[in-house]
Amino acid sequence: MNIEPILFYLFSTILVISAGAVVTVRNPVFAALLLVLAFFTCASLWILLEAEFLALTLVLVYVGAVMVLFLFVVMMLDINLTQINEGFTKYAAPGIIIAAIIVIEIGLVLGADKFGLEHYPNPVGHDADYSNTKEIGNVLYTVYLYPFELAAVILVVAIIAAISLAQRRRRDSKYQDPSQQVLVRREDRVRIIKMASEKRRSSGEEDS
Amino acid sequence: MNFEIPNFAPAVPEIFVLIMACAMLLVEVYRDQSKDCTIIYILSLVTLAIAAALTLALDNGKTQITFDGMFVSDSMSSSLKLFTYLITGAVLVYSRKYLMERDIFKGEYFVLALFSVLGMMVMISAHNTLAIYMGLELMSLCLYAMVAMRRDSREAIEAAMKYFVLGALGSGMLLYGLSILYGATGTLDISEMATIISAGLSEQDQLVLMLGVTFSIVGLAFKLGAVPFHMWVPDVYHGAPTAVTLFISSAPKLAAFALVMRLLVEGTGDLIEHWQSMLVFLAILSIAIGNLVAIAQTNMKRMLAYSAIAHIGFLLFGIIAGSGNGYASSMFYIIAYALMSMGGFGMIILLSKKGFEADTLEDFKGLNDRSPWYAFIMLILMFSMAGVPISLGFWAKLAVLQALVESGFVWLAVAAVIFSVIGAFYYLRIVWYMYFEKPADDVTPISSGIDVRIAASINGLAILLLGIFPASLTTMCDVALGLY
Repeated sequence: MNIEPILFYLFSTILVISAGAVVTVRNPVFAALLLVLAFFTCASLWILLEAEFLALTLVLVYVGAVMVLFLFVVMMLDINLTQINEGFTKYAAPGIIIAAIIVIEIGLVLGADKFGLEHYPNPVGHDADYSNTKEIGNVLYTVYLYPFELAAVILVVAIIAAISLAQRRRRDSKYQDPSQQVLVRREDRVRIIKMASEKRRSSGEEDS
Repeated sequence: MNFEIPNFAPAVPEIFVLIMACAMLLVEVYRDQSKDCTIIYILSLVTLAIAAALTLALDNGKTQITFDGMFVSDSMSSSLKLFTYLITGAVLVYSRKYLMERDIFKGEYFVLALFSVLGMMVMISAHNTLAIYMGLELMSLCLYAMVAMRRDSREAIEAAMKYFVLGALGSGMLLYGLSILYGATGTLDISEMATIISAGLSEQDQLVLMLGVTFSIVGLAFKLGAVPFHMWVPDVYHGAPTAVTLFISSAPKLAAFALVMRLLVEGTGDLIEHWQSMLVFLAILSIAIGNLVAIAQTNMKRMLAYSAIAHIGFLLFGIIAGSGNGYASSMFYIIAYALMSMGGFGMIILLSKKGFEADTLEDFKGLNDRSPWYAFIMLILMFSMAGVPISLGFWAKLAVLQALVESGFVWLAVAAVIFSVIGAFYYLRIVWYMYFEKPADDVTPISSGIDVRIAASINGLAILLLGIFPASLTTMCDVALGLY
C-alpha cells in the first residue's frame, strides 16, 4: 500500500476544512490561525509534489512572517464583531446555494474524467540528489526575468501606496531636527552683554 | 544552461518610464520641501513626452517578441501606447489645479500615475498570461491608491474600498481562468496557446478550455465594467476625486482593449464561437442598462459612468464582429471614447473650484450665459458622445455598426442603434440645460487655471477636427491591426 494517496487525502481534507473555516469563524484571531494551518497543509501538499523549495518558502514567508504580522494587526484592531456578522445570516443561504452550484459545475468540467490519471499520468519522480531550488534558480532570472522584475515593481508600488496613504505629517507634533542642532552657534544661544560692574551688596541683602 | 541576453530594444520605453518613476521618487525626497511639487509634475510630463518619442523611434512596423516570448512590440502596441501617453499627459494637465485645491498635489500622486502608465504599457505589450496579469495588477494597484489619496473625504475612501474589493475579485476570476487555460493547453505563451488550440484538442480539453475562457471573460468584464459586472463603476466614478475619475475613465480603457485583443483574439481566437455568444450577452446588457439608467441620474459623474458602461457595450460589439474590420473599429471606438470621456470629466474640473464640485447637472444650467466658448466645447463633446452625425463619436459608432453588419449581426446593429438613440436623450439634455436654461443665481465666474482652459479647448477642438476628418484616425487603427 502506497502511503502517498493517504497523505494527500489527509492534507487535502485539512486544507479544505481550514480554508472554509477561515471565512466562517467569528473570531478574527482564530481565522488568522486557521489561515496559518491552511498555508501549512498547502506546503505539505507541495512537498508531496516534490516542490520542496516552494513549500519551505511558503512556510517561511507566509507562516513565519506575513501571518505573524497579520495576527499582531488583528489583535491590535478593535473590531466590533457583532456589527461585522450582522449581514452574515441574511446572505448565508443564497450565498451557500450559489457557491454550491458553482462548485458542482466546475467539478463536472474539471472532474476525474478530464484530469484523471489516464490523461495526466503521474510525473516520474526525481532522484534524491535532484535540486529543484537549482532548477528554479535557472529559470527565474532568465526565462522569467520580465515577470520577476514586474513583481518587484508591484512591490515598490505597494510600498509607495501604503506609505502615502498611511503617513500623516502632524503639524502640532514636537520633534528635534539634528541638522539644526548641529548648526547651532554660540551666538544663537548665549548673549554676552556689556554692563558696568555693580557694587558688592552687603551680605544681608544677598538672598532677597 | 545557455542563457541569451534578451533584446531590450523593444522594451526601452517601458524601461525608461520605470527609471524615471523611480528617479522622481528620489527627487521628491530631496526637493525643496517649502515649495510645492511642481517639479515632479513637470518631470512626469517630460517623461511621457520622451517615452512617446522613444516609442515612435522604435516602431518599425514589425512584430518583435522578446524576453522569452513575454513581451511583444507591434504596430498595435505602438499606437495604443502613444495614445496612453497623450491621454495621461493631458489628464495630468487637467488635474494640476484641482489637486492643489484639494491638498493632494503630492509627488506620490504623479509617481503612482507613471507606474500605472507602466502597468498599461505592460498590458498593451503582453504576450504571456503572466505578463498580462502582472501588468493588470500594477495598473490597478496604482489606481486604487490614487482613488484613496484624498483621505478626508468619506466618499473617496468608500469608492477606493469598493474598487479594491471588486477589483481583487475580478483579478481572482481572471487568474483562475488563466490557470485553467494553462491546464488545458500547457503553455502560458499567447501565440503557443493559439497554435495548440488551432491544432485541435480533444472534446474534453475543449470543455476545460471553455471554462477557462468563461472565467477570463468574467474577469475582463469586471475590469471593463460591462453589465452585469458593472456595479462598482458608478460608485467609484462618483466617489473618486474628479481628477482620478478622469484618469480611470480614459487611459486604462485603452489597456483593457489591448487585454481583450491579446487574450481573446490572439490567444483563444479559434474559440470565437464560444466567447462570441457570451460577449453578445454582455454587450447588449451593457448598452441597454448603461443608456437607460443614465437617464435617471442627476449627478454628472454618475451619468458619465453609466455612459461609460454603454460605450463599453459598443467596444464589445466591435470584438463580437470577429473580423479585422471589427477589431479596428473597436480600437477606433475606444480611442475616440477615451478622448471624449477625458473632455467630459475635464469640463467638470474646469467648472469646479476650491471647496466646490461642479458635478450635478444643475451646475451646467445656463453655461452659455456664463461662458459661450466652454458651452460650445461641451456641446461638441456631448454631440460626439451621443453620436450626432459628423462628430467623432458618430464615425466611431458607424464603423462598429458596419463591422457588425458585415459579419451578419444585423439584429445586434439594430439594437445598438435603438439604444444609442435612447442614450442621445441624456446627452442632449445637457445641451438643453446649457443653452436654454438660466444659470442659478449664486454662480461665480469660472476660475480655473489657464492650463485647464487650454487643455479643454484643445481637447474639444481635436474632437471637432477628428469628426470632420476622421480618416487619419481610422487609417491608423487599420494600420495598427495590419489591415493594410
